Amino acid sequence: VNRPGIGLADPDAMNRAAVGVPSLRRSPLEARALRNTLLTLGAWVAAIIAGVPLVSVLYMLIVRGGSRLNWEALTELPPAGFEMGGGFGNAIVGTLVMVGMAALISVPLGVLCAVFLAELGPDKKLANAARFGAKTLTGLPSILAGVFVYAAVVLVTGTYSAPAGGIALAVLMLPTVVLTAEEAMKMVPRITKDAAYGMGCTRSQVIWKVVLPTALPGILTGVMLAVARAAGETAPLLFTALFSSYWLIDGSQVALMAPTASLAVLIYNFSGMPFENQIELAWAASLVLVMIVLIVNVTSRLIGQRKV
Amino acid sequence: VIALEDARAPGSIAGPPSGWDYLADRVFRRLAQAGAWLILLLLAFILWEIGAKAGPGIRDYGLSFLTSTTWDVGREQFGILPAIWGTLYSSILALVIGGFFGVVMAIFLTQDFLPPRLAQVFRTTVELLAAIPSVVYGLWGIFVVVPAIRPLANWLHEVLGWVPFFGTTLSGPGLLPAAVVLAIMILPTVAAVSQDALRLVPYRVKEAAYGMGATRWEAILKVMLPSAATGVFGALVLGFGRALGETMALAMLIGNSNQLTLSLFSPANTLAALLALNFPEAGRRETEVLMYAALVLLAITLVVNVAGEAIMAYASRQVGRK
Repeated sequence: VNRPGIGLADPDAMNRAAVGVPSLRRSPLEARALRNTLLTLGAWVAAIIAGVPLVSVLYMLIVRGGSRLNWEALTELPPAGFEMGGGFGNAIVGTLVMVGMAALISVPLGVLCAVFLAELGPDKKLANAARFGAKTLTGLPSILAGVFVYAAVVLVTGTYSAPAGGIALAVLMLPTVVLTAEEAMKMVPRITKDAAYGMGCTRSQVIWKVVLPTALPGILTGVMLAVARAAGETAPLLFTALFSSYWLIDGSQVALMAPTASLAVLIYNFSGMPFENQIELAWAASLVLVMIVLIVNVTSRLIGQRKV
Repeated sequence: VIALEDARAPGSIAGPPSGWDYLADRVFRRLAQAGAWLILLLLAFILWEIGAKAGPGIRDYGLSFLTSTTWDVGREQFGILPAIWGTLYSSILALVIGGFFGVVMAIFLTQDFLPPRLAQVFRTTVELLAAIPSVVYGLWGIFVVVPAIRPLANWLHEVLGWVPFFGTTLSGPGLLPAAVVLAIMILPTVAAVSQDALRLVPYRVKEAAYGMGATRWEAILKVMLPSAATGVFGALVLGFGRALGETMALAMLIGNSNQLTLSLFSPANTLAALLALNFPEAGRRETEVLMYAALVLLAITLVVNVAGEAIMAYASRQVGRK
């Protein structure tokens, strides 16, 4: 930087020396400058180390999962113990069905709650309590959502089932949907709403015709993030949907109230098996699961960016 | 009066809300209110359901459930002290590793170290780390992390075997690989929340430090971090809360052995892993005590998470006042 006079051998410098003002020139070998450089270096190293696991996970998924990923793996049923071949077609269907159910439950309820939090009574006691409740639910360990649904649904219906799994995932999605939808609705400019009120709209009309359409990209981002998270959840499905080696829909029969397969539980089950075939399938299923999660994730980001 | 008549003129679409509009408005507002109640009811229902199902277990085993170390289904003796110990131990280890990297990452991303493009690359990396499902981390841990750290672990055991932390060999699953994977999983949480905390510090505070001749790291360590300390602490508490409840990676990596151990390489157990492994095949009695264990896990995570949220709320109020 151009600071006139500093560090030049001029009368000015002699004056400064005379009154004891230190040199203002940066000396890179001075202890504190050196410490600064070292810490910067350390931060770079730490940041790169933090990126290593992601690279390693993606590399393993592509190498080990990619080698087994073929049409058979995507469409066949899971193999039994010593069987060769097979796939995880039913698990893909199961994951999609259960995540779909979870979204159908959690999105309408979550957005409804967010409408109250953002528009109808942001400062009411109920809103503060609900906001606190949603934040607390965000921290709920996913396995406890499974325990809860086991007690509330599985024990009542008497069977492991896809709806039970869907409800467990919905419990986990709900707080994310509520909190992100609230944030999105709060971003809608006040003047836009005031214009609608000025034209004589009721509050519901303002919400339906102005707030929700304007906040839609933000709400969708939150929903898709929640979907991406739910698709990868294993713990809540372990004892709500369990696992199955058969199709959810076989011909005309829909086995909705029966144990249902999911990619995540398949990976968990197969990872502990002593058979090479199953382990290969676990890697291939992981690749498919991560691709689903990443596609949803990236889409949500694109939607979120468009609004700006 | 003239305007009103004009508004109702045939062909005009303008008009005051009809009776139906008012009714719809009322119904919708009630529904939204019910939605807000629903969150609270759901939370209460979860607490009640798990609490009620844990009732028989609490009645029969009482507090000795928390201090006993045996888990023997055949003799109906149940205790979760090893699982509580393993939960806390693995989470603290993960917090030390993941917390350090998370906070460094947050500093790295907020304190103008990088050109915007490159910062976006690192930010995306951290976000993708959070997007990978935990069961995939578990699989990766079994086939990558365990083989990678086993030679180092066994060398440490041979050389420093008398240190309690290195008291056993690492034969496969164990505390350290579990904690390493757990650290990776909480890093994004810590990094994201700490970034928010650091961004809340007004820019002029840093400029004042620079203006006094502080180097970048002097400004970070002596001005920025202390100013954001409450928020960063809240980030660590929330990360700790996540680590306590994480299930799958631990169920796959920790070895599920009910023992009290200090050794980093020994298999251990956690509450969440205990639930994941024993629930599917549990009989009536075991289900009751597992519900009790779930209640203990719920209580621990609730306390930690509520504390974390309270700290974050305090931190943002503090900044607001400045």
